[in-house]
Amino acid sequence: MKKAADFFRFSPASHSNHKIQNLIQRIILYLLVFMILFAVLAPFIWMVISSISPQTELSAKPPHWFPDQPTLARYRAIFLRSSEIQTLPAGVEKFLRGLLNSLLISSATTLVCVIAGSMAAYALARMTVPGQRHFLFGILGSQMLPVIVIIIPLNILMQRYNLIDRWYGLVLLYSGFMLPTVIWIMHSYFLTLPKELEEAALIDGCTRLGSLVRVIVPLSGPGIVAVSAFSFLSSWNEFFMALIFTASKAKTITVVITEFSSQFGTDYGLMATGGVIGSIPPILLALLLQRYIVAGLTAGAVKG
Amino acid sequence: MAPAVLIMTLVTFYPLINSFLISLRAWDLTKPQSGFPFIGLANYLHVLQDPAFWQSARITAIFVLGAVSIEITLGVALALLLNRDFKGKNLVRVIALVPWAIPAVVNGIMWKWILNPAYGALNGVLFSMGIIQNYIIWLGNPKTALFMCILADTWKETPFIMLLFLAALQTIPKDLYEAAMVDGCGSLQSLFRITLPLIRPTLFVALSLRTIWALKSFDLIYTLTAGGPAGGTSVIGYYTYLKAFVSLNLGRGAAVAYLMTLVIIILVILYQRALYREDINQ
Repeated sequence: MKKAADFFRFSPASHSNHKIQNLIQRIILYLLVFMILFAVLAPFIWMVISSISPQTELSAKPPHWFPDQPTLARYRAIFLRSSEIQTLPAGVEKFLRGLLNSLLISSATTLVCVIAGSMAAYALARMTVPGQRHFLFGILGSQMLPVIVIIIPLNILMQRYNLIDRWYGLVLLYSGFMLPTVIWIMHSYFLTLPKELEEAALIDGCTRLGSLVRVIVPLSGPGIVAVSAFSFLSSWNEFFMALIFTASKAKTITVVITEFSSQFGTDYGLMATGGVIGSIPPILLALLLQRYIVAGLTAGAVKG
Repeated sequence: MAPAVLIMTLVTFYPLINSFLISLRAWDLTKPQSGFPFIGLANYLHVLQDPAFWQSARITAIFVLGAVSIEITLGVALALLLNRDFKGKNLVRVIALVPWAIPAVVNGIMWKWILNPAYGALNGVLFSMGIIQNYIIWLGNPKTALFMCILADTWKETPFIMLLFLAALQTIPKDLYEAAMVDGCGSLQSLFRITLPLIRPTLFVALSLRTIWALKSFDLIYTLTAGGPAGGTSVIGYYTYLKAFVSLNLGRGAAVAYLMTLVIIILVILYQRALYREDINQ
């Protein structure tokens, strides 16, 4: 039924066609968005579900998409060392230590990266350093370097200075590998801040370092947050160097998780639990700081 | 600046030179009594004559080509789709960070569990839907195993690439499209004449970064397939690891690593030439 007013419009039929077309387009858009969300989340959610499924339900055919009797036994075994499931307590102990190691190593790396990286980036952005351009390109180039190219001399170096299986050994390595990116991001960030601010501070009697700490750092909040999140996430997720350079004491969570899959080859429930726990800190960090991370990491890319 | 330079010199620049020197020596830890004599390019020659090296090179090429082309195409397509206004846009962006944030080794064990031949979710879904009649051993055959490695990599990397392109798309002024429409451009034409040329810098960054990272792939392969079956997923990164840390032939390991770096440098230069050709001519 058409309203009377429609008859006075130029082309009422095509108008309502257009509306329906629009509606269909929106429905398709939402369907696609839903499918994307599902594809992104489903594998991870399946791992979470597996981690709370009792052993008998894990080996159900076809799989139980949601367990009839969800259980937190594996989480309790890892965090409270309860022995309700028959997994090796040694593995469980390693897991907690791995978590603590990762926390320590990632925090220390972040601290080193942010302090040393900001200082270097500030110097590059504000002063004329001889060989500056070469240095910046060298930094960019070292990002392309596969770790594996230098892992052998690193191994010799680490052995010589007794840094193998030490948490600070990994901190040193991770800092070295992440500093280029940190410097690159902070450098482009500092360039966006007006020079006049520090000049004013210098006139007021601040030293270079003083003006960095009092004027620039407070203004670089978003950049520093992005760079910290990046350093923390990258060191938390790093695996190859941790695998090569740790033996027992300094093992990080990623190495311990892979041991779950080899040593307890059949215990997929414990593997899934390890995977979930190991992913929680980086996911939380990414979700909380997503605005800064995306802005920080895309800034360089989008500008070219 | 000094502390940063010191750390980077110690852990990257110095080992880089040292690594090259090692690649010129017979450095075999299983034969320490022979010392580590200088042997010129013999390690390189040996590696280049090793059929396993060429198999790895071929597998790496398939993996990189497959993963990068799927990830970039899908990333651009999804970014174009999500660049419209709809409710929950921010939620989608937040969730897209989840795969990027989880460790690569977790991605590996997650897919290993999903692809488990007996209890895995993939077989379960496909069987319930009647698509397959028998459970498939996804990681038991070199071809499907390699494909599954590409799938797992795509799951992890595509969402972040999409975010990169979304950010790039937002820098394009809307009136460009309006002007194009007035001039009678179709949406396909505006895609090729406006959108793609303007997101070219991002395309370059995404392509080179993804290629480099895919070439270096190790964590995912180590946990998902451990190079198997029958070396069917043994990418160059894994091959180097085997040479240097399992066979303990450091000289040859270093030689493979250098060959890999050479390939990376060549690829990056080629990408840059291809994507910035017009800028250079100007």
